[in-house]
Amino acid sequence: MQPDAIYPLLGEIFREVFTDPTLVLTPDTKSSDVAGWDSGRMIELIVAAETEFGIRFTTRDVDGMARVADFVRLIAQKTGSAP
Amino acid sequence: MTSSSLDWLPPCEGWKEAVARIETDADPWSRLIALANTRLSASQTNQIDRIRAKVFSHVRPDSLTTRPLRLAVLSSSTVSHLLPAIRVGALRRGIWVETYEAAFGAYHQELLDSASALHAFAPDVVLFSFDAPHLVGALPVSASQEVADAFHAQTLERLRVLWALAQDRLQGLVLQQTIMPVALPLVGGNEHHLAGSSHHAIARLNVALRGAARAASVALVALDDQVVRHGLYAWYDPVWWLRAKQEIAPQAAPLYGDLVARLMAADQGLSKKCLVLDLDNTLWGGVVGDDGLGGIVLGQGSAEGEAYVSVQTYARDLSTRGIILAIVSKNDEENALAVFRDHPEMVLRRDDIAVFLANWDDKAQNLRRVASALGIGLDALVFVDDNPFERELVRAELPMVAVPELPEDPALYAPLIASAGYFEALSVTAEDRARASYYRSNAERSADVAQAADLPAYLASLAMTLSWRPFDDVGLNRIVQLVNKTNQFNLTTRRTTDAEARVLVEDPEVIGLQFRLVDRFGDNGMIGVIVARRDASDTLTIENWLMSCRVLGRQVEAAMLEVLVQVASEQGIRHLIGCYRPSAKNGIVAKHYENLGFTAIADASDGTRYRLDLESYFPEGGPIKIARG
Repeated sequence: MQPDAIYPLLGEIFREVFTDPTLVLTPDTKSSDVAGWDSGRMIELIVAAETEFGIRFTTRDVDGMARVADFVRLIAQKTGSAP
Repeated sequence: MTSSSLDWLPPCEGWKEAVARIETDADPWSRLIALANTRLSASQTNQIDRIRAKVFSHVRPDSLTTRPLRLAVLSSSTVSHLLPAIRVGALRRGIWVETYEAAFGAYHQELLDSASALHAFAPDVVLFSFDAPHLVGALPVSASQEVADAFHAQTLERLRVLWALAQDRLQGLVLQQTIMPVALPLVGGNEHHLAGSSHHAIARLNVALRGAARAASVALVALDDQVVRHGLYAWYDPVWWLRAKQEIAPQAAPLYGDLVARLMAADQGLSKKCLVLDLDNTLWGGVVGDDGLGGIVLGQGSAEGEAYVSVQTYARDLSTRGIILAIVSKNDEENALAVFRDHPEMVLRRDDIAVFLANWDDKAQNLRRVASALGIGLDALVFVDDNPFERELVRAELPMVAVPELPEDPALYAPLIASAGYFEALSVTAEDRARASYYRSNAERSADVAQAADLPAYLASLAMTLSWRPFDDVGLNRIVQLVNKTNQFNLTTRRTTDAEARVLVEDPEVIGLQFRLVDRFGDNGMIGVIVARRDASDTLTIENWLMSCRVLGRQVEAAMLEVLVQVASEQGIRHLIGCYRPSAKNGIVAKHYENLGFTAIADASDGTRYRLDLESYFPEGGPIKIARG
């Protein structure tokens, strides 16, 4: 998948997990920018993204996730169209 | 059924809109229950829980008809991701749960320290959730058989001590999660040859837990059974274990929460009691009215025919263990009955069915008739129908009836019904096993009542004998079960635990009576309980009076009073005090004490009190013979 196609789907996941319909993602969005983004929510995000995109993140992937851009890059790689 | 998710629930249509509407709805609690009864993902489960917390942040919902609970989870690793799912599992059953999570690893100190936050929380339910490494990690692979045996015995003893602590100090229902078989095999199929194998130690401990928990009145959350069904990696994800010390994978949280909620619901009598089955394409293939007796698909010879046999066999086995069976089908009654009578491959017989309704009325109406004929609530019914239209109609009209979302293939009907855990029970008594036959003969009695114009003559013809005994150890399980499950004929809805009831057996100030009823149709089993306490030298206060609804309308309560008066007089009692505490379900006994000749003396905040002076009491001499059992 191309990043352009990933952002809207990932944005939907974030809005559901944080119950915030106004949340907009940018590549630089990180945990300190979103109220309630703690380790528990991080797990919810990862599980929801894995289900939505039909992929699995590895232990190392998860360790390296800091910004939304990291999510998108990994999803693009795993769904078979790395930028 | 084949995955660790909520397969039996229908998918939610229009999730986002439904979620957005909850907060502004006139009855948000009912909306939340309805949404919790759809096939929620882990993320949707968490969303529902957050909305619940937001809407009901300070107050419980007014419309609560169940007993609110306080659940403490005592764990050795991370469980915070499971708590929303437990609360939503309870919500699915209309139960309000507040949760407490002990700091992990600190559960033992918290249990022992009566000044701890755990004690301050005062839980009604305590759940022990221990990861496998915590329990068996200390067993060295090099252990000899003797060392492994000693380790096994010690581990089991550790758990028994914790259960006893929780039962004695917190007085709650204790749940123990069985151990997830996460340790890898070192030998293979013959793992048990290696004494120090953790893999084998877990299997062995899980077997031993069954006996130990039963002996201690602890209920198991059988995760190992679930793993057998779905596979270890549907429940356990090594990645999450390493990252967050979550032994139960977040994806499996919704089902985990449901498993815990089933037990809490069973404890307050909310498990389903009756399986209502459709006929055409549910119990056999084809439509008997069109295809004829010889044309329906059932029995050996085709895989589809055997699939329907498997559905019938599962229903019959459930009935043997105490679940009532009923039929609701759009059919001509004679066509439907002919299959039960004449088809050689039928597993279910007409005698297995307590209420048989084959007609052309709508199914919601027929389900109401089933509940009323059996004297149970609509919320005790599970309705199984292959037809999506009928399922939707019933869900819309009677949201309290459980309607599983059947898969297309009849081979999967029974596994799906089993996966929903509708009939969860904490223990099985002899009464349970005989229950289906009580209800069958009850339906016959109702049919007789309909024909008998003269009620007194009918009651006399039943040849009823009420036999009574003081509380004793033999009857204790059934007494506790009746006290905790009876919702309608229950004057005070005061619940009890095994431990409290055991104390009553010995207490000289307490009169505890258990009653059985036998009539010409058979033994109804233990159907009534009275607990009364002497509070002044000649006054006895009735704390609990309850009766099974299957003997309603037969003047059993008057005979129970006669026994109580007799026992009380022998102990020098001169006055009885009774109390009616209204609940959402016990309206049928609002006039109970007045009908028995008591006088209302006071309205208190928690109900109305009544008094009976024994010198002005004369037994009515009803249709029931009384005997000391």
